[in-house]
Amino acid sequence: MSRVDRPGDPRLSARSRATAIGIVALVVAVLVGLLVGPVRIGAANVLRWLVSFGSPPPGMSEQQALILGDLRLPRVIVAGLVGASLAASGAAYQAVFRNPLADPYLLGAAAGAGLGATVAVAYGPSGALDLTVPIAAFVGALVGVGLAYGLGRSHLGGRATASLVLAGVAVASFLTAVQTFLQQQRSETLRQVYTWILGRLGTTGWDDVRLALPSIALALATLWAVRRLLDVIEVGDVEAQSLGLNVTRLRLVVVIAASLATAAAVSVAGLIGFVGLIIPHTVRLMVGGSYRSVLPLSILFGASFLILVDTLARTVVAPAEIPIGVITAFIGAPFFIAVLRRNRRVA
Amino acid sequence: MKIEARAEVATALEVRGLSVELGKRPIVTDMRLDVASGGWLCIIGPNGAGKTTLVHAIAGLVPHAGSVRLWGRPFEELGRRERARTVAVVPQLPAIPDGFTVEQYVLLGRTPHLGLLAGERARDIEAVATALERLDLGWAASRRLDSLSGGELRRAVIARAIAQEAPLLLLDEPTTGLDIAQQLRVLELVDELRRADGLTIVSTMHDLTLAGRFAHRFALLSGGRLVAEGTRGEVLLPHVIAEHYGARVRVIDDGTLGWAVVPLSGPEP
Repeated sequence: MSRVDRPGDPRLSARSRATAIGIVALVVAVLVGLLVGPVRIGAANVLRWLVSFGSPPPGMSEQQALILGDLRLPRVIVAGLVGASLAASGAAYQAVFRNPLADPYLLGAAAGAGLGATVAVAYGPSGALDLTVPIAAFVGALVGVGLAYGLGRSHLGGRATASLVLAGVAVASFLTAVQTFLQQQRSETLRQVYTWILGRLGTTGWDDVRLALPSIALALATLWAVRRLLDVIEVGDVEAQSLGLNVTRLRLVVVIAASLATAAAVSVAGLIGFVGLIIPHTVRLMVGGSYRSVLPLSILFGASFLILVDTLARTVVAPAEIPIGVITAFIGAPFFIAVLRRNRRVA
Repeated sequence: MKIEARAEVATALEVRGLSVELGKRPIVTDMRLDVASGGWLCIIGPNGAGKTTLVHAIAGLVPHAGSVRLWGRPFEELGRRERARTVAVVPQLPAIPDGFTVEQYVLLGRTPHLGLLAGERARDIEAVATALERLDLGWAASRRLDSLSGGELRRAVIARAIAQEAPLLLLDEPTTGLDIAQQLRVLELVDELRRADGLTIVSTMHDLTLAGRFAHRFALLSGGRLVAEGTRGEVLLPHVIAEHYGARVRVIDDGTLGWAVVPLSGPEP
């Protein structure tokens, strides 16, 4: 907690309140995620199971403990990590591109990661999937953001908010087209890739936690560390430079970290849109625009949000599952319009 | 090491042979300037003369040829952060970040004093509070930037530069868009800071009357070149202004009205 907030400062109370809400929301989301499912386990059992660190308490069957420990818990953790990654990456992209509509999905980062991962699944050495998919996804995410940023800046007149997003949408469409083409070429992996594109947490296990956790932790720690510098970039490149900031280097570090988080998220959960838009903007409504608050709170709320959305995705049409990306798009698309309208009014 | 406004080095800013090209087009050519420590130099000239580019070049924000020395030290010798601790810039059209409080905004001025990943210390909070007080914005610390009036906003931007604690302050059009009372207030506050802290001021200005009343020396730019330099009595002359601005003016200097540049053309009711 920074010391610029003094007692009695309305910003501080807004942030404390938002933090408290965020923690409660995360706890509730985790409990809901563990409780809800086709097999009834009961709140008391779940709580006792949690406090005994996963060993089945008296009155709980082996099978119930197995469902909690091997199915629901890793899924909740992965959903939380993915939500935190997408929300934090969205906030970070918004900061370094100074663009309220930047989002891993709209920027082409997610599509790039998707293409990279598809290449790895379709053409990569079988058996070595554990490493090739995330690495290919990371490279793809960087290529996607790089293309969107390069095109949006140089050819569409980089000042306008919409140009980066237009470039991002074009890049995303192109990369997705390449991905679809590759899928058709390799129809034997079609199903595997397809379920994965629409967002799959249905097959999540501890392997996914192990796969995603290191890079997500690294990326989020990096973004957390530079959150104060993200505020400096808010005054524009020239002014930030006059304040002694190496803008180019910060932008590079942040884009790499955000793309790493996006790629890791995409590697375990597929393409999930709009989380990077919905969460940071909601957080801004609560605590204002400073990334010193927006970034940490985006991580917190992003995690809770995606755990809840995932729980929804696997219960609404149970025993089938709605792809999680469908639900986030359902909420996110109207949100996108709202941000666009608000932004146009300001500009 | 922080550059102090040391008395033994009388020249705060020395510019020699400074030229800037933007896309092969010369914007500023062979500029030569000297600003005394604790003095106020006003860069004047018609629109498009290269004033803003010159200010940016002095702050190292655009690539340029020639040399800039600050209190005798070549600019290139200074690191990125040390430059920012020596020169603070108040831009003409500052970007106002969305959803920031005045205090959060002014705190950005502390950036060159903070470790790269460190948070602010008590010393920084104090510097922010002092800067706000001195610009009469203490009451607005936790207000949102977008709730301020034009004059208050301009003062907030200057407070950010003051929090930077740099001995050289570059002000690009500090009075544009303000009403006459706010223009005077901003310039008086700047002059007060200059007197009290020994700051050196370099500003660009369009209002020649206000410029003539506050600044000590004037550099007149036209077409990117320095065409006149000196005190107001040497530079702000009707024939000089007519030649470079293409405007007919009279310069008044009497005991009761003080000093003023008055435009002569235009219909009178």
